Amino acid sequence: MSLPGAKRWLLLGIALAAVASHFAHSPELGLNRYYLGVAVDVGIAIILAVSLNLINGHTGQFSLGHAGFMAVGGYTAAKISLLISPAGEAAWGFPLALLGGGLLAALAGLLVGIPSLRLRGDYLAIVTLGFGEIIRVAVQNMESVGAASGLKGIPKYTTLGWTFGLAAITIYVITALVNSTYGRGFIAVHDDEVAAESMGIPTTRYKVTAFVTGAFFAGIAGGLYAHHKQFLSPTGFDFLKSIDIVVMVILGGMGRTAGVAAAAVILTLLPESLRAFSEYRMIIYSLLIILLMMLRPQGLFTFQRKQGGAS
Amino acid sequence: MDWLLQQLINGLGLGSIYALIALGYTMVYGVLRFINFAHSDILMLGAFAALYLEPHVSRMLGGPQSILGAILIAAVAAGLCALLGILIEFLAYRPLRQRPRLAVLITAIGVSLLIEFTAQHEKVFSAKTQFFPRLLPEHSFQLGQVYFSSTDLLVPAVTAAMLAAMWFIVQKTRTGTAMRAVSFNQQAASLMGVNVNRIISFTFGLGSALAAIAGILYAMKAPGIEPLMGVQPGLRAFIAAVLGGIGNLPGAVVGGLVLGILETFLGGIPWLSSYRDGIAFAILILILLFKPAGLLGKATVEKV
Repeated sequence: MSLPGAKRWLLLGIALAAVASHFAHSPELGLNRYYLGVAVDVGIAIILAVSLNLINGHTGQFSLGHAGFMAVGGYTAAKISLLISPAGEAAWGFPLALLGGGLLAALAGLLVGIPSLRLRGDYLAIVTLGFGEIIRVAVQNMESVGAASGLKGIPKYTTLGWTFGLAAITIYVITALVNSTYGRGFIAVHDDEVAAESMGIPTTRYKVTAFVTGAFFAGIAGGLYAHHKQFLSPTGFDFLKSIDIVVMVILGGMGRTAGVAAAAVILTLLPESLRAFSEYRMIIYSLLIILLMMLRPQGLFTFQRKQGGAS
Repeated sequence: MDWLLQQLINGLGLGSIYALIALGYTMVYGVLRFINFAHSDILMLGAFAALYLEPHVSRMLGGPQSILGAILIAAVAAGLCALLGILIEFLAYRPLRQRPRLAVLITAIGVSLLIEFTAQHEKVFSAKTQFFPRLLPEHSFQLGQVYFSSTDLLVPAVTAAMLAAMWFIVQKTRTGTAMRAVSFNQQAASLMGVNVNRIISFTFGLGSALAAIAGILYAMKAPGIEPLMGVQPGLRAFIAAVLGGIGNLPGAVVGGLVLGILETFLGGIPWLSSYRDGIAFAILILILLFKPAGLLGKATVEKV
């Protein structure tokens, strides 16, 4: 996807989102609330997967703590919304809340990025996992955000339009970033860190940038999630949630934005369609992960060797 | 002073269990260079195996809580788990041997989730907590104001014995020499006539047997067992292995003990106790910031 292409997609995405938002929530159309909810879930999953893709796919830094960033963004955004207007009548505050959540998550990303300067591979994976868990434990102990019993009564501001508009922006920003001259550095870090370093690429700065940017969008996704479910509990942001996002990135083919977005759609719809077999749902899910890794480790939508760059 | 001593004993018990699990993690990492996430679930299966074996063994020996019975239960559970570990390696990890390590890591997470969710199914173990029978007669001792039980003594003793056994196997036997060779350079080892697949299976078996024993010891100290019981100690033990320098046997034990003792002490401070689950990770991050290869690990320089 070249830059003009990406821009076209962005405009198309935002236009579609605006139209969808206008019609989907109008009562006369009478769309099923359940399907609307699932559609918003899909949009949030796209933002999460595409933002993690910048860290795991393009930059090649294995992060297992994406749910932690989402939690930071979600709780911050919810708290801001509740401070502005507890009754939920100040929808103008929503962008502000989302931005606040994103910024704080980016700060958390900066904190996680710093150890990544010294650690690689498995060590980095476990440290990011640890950060995710620390955030969860910290939230569990914060009375001001409801501690273990959760934060209730968040106003419902998230609409289909907000979700898909922001998803389009996320895809655009990350694609444009990676495809820019500056962004080639991410791919250089991914392909060969030592070679990149010796070519004069500031690898540490790229890694931290990837973490901060990825975390920012995860924070936005968290904010959308908070104002969609209207309830947050620390258990919703555990290790399993991070794994979900990682699986989306791998299923889509690391570093392939379109594939990752498609995988986010599939993996959000799949559990919904398996609801009828809820007893076996998670067993099937884990079997699918194993089979996928054996049969198509390069991702579902990768049919040829990547030619470098982001698609 | 008494409080310190009491916490030290508790921490030593907890740390020994972490150390025992970490030994298994670190051995598998040594030969295959990947984190076996399913290790913590093998631990859980070990405890459940003991739960189901206990009535049979008691009947066979004509009474519960005998030392012979406990050894028999632990041995059979360890054997079963060793077989299961070998089977998991054969079915899930071996087909991925030449693939990127990330693919193997995700598979390991998949295997772990599969075992957990299957075990939670109501026709298997169900998600509820089950009472774990007492395997050994328990005595309590009191020294001044410090209390400890026979289990508190048993756990460090078993860990020490296991560490010694592992050290002996790895350093003194032919199989151990082969294990070290595989760990050093898989291809070169296979050119020298080492059967790499057999060594990897053996390592998995050994690690899983250790996990089963750790699971039984953990269950003896815990109020009950359930399918997710392995997750938290597994995670801590994994941290312990990284802390000590993953792939390093004494490092795993040192890491486990350090983590267990620090966690008990910090968790014993009232205003920190509710942060207990995060403490282990905070310790890990702090130590890795200053020693990226772990406490006993050697810093490696990447060669191009």
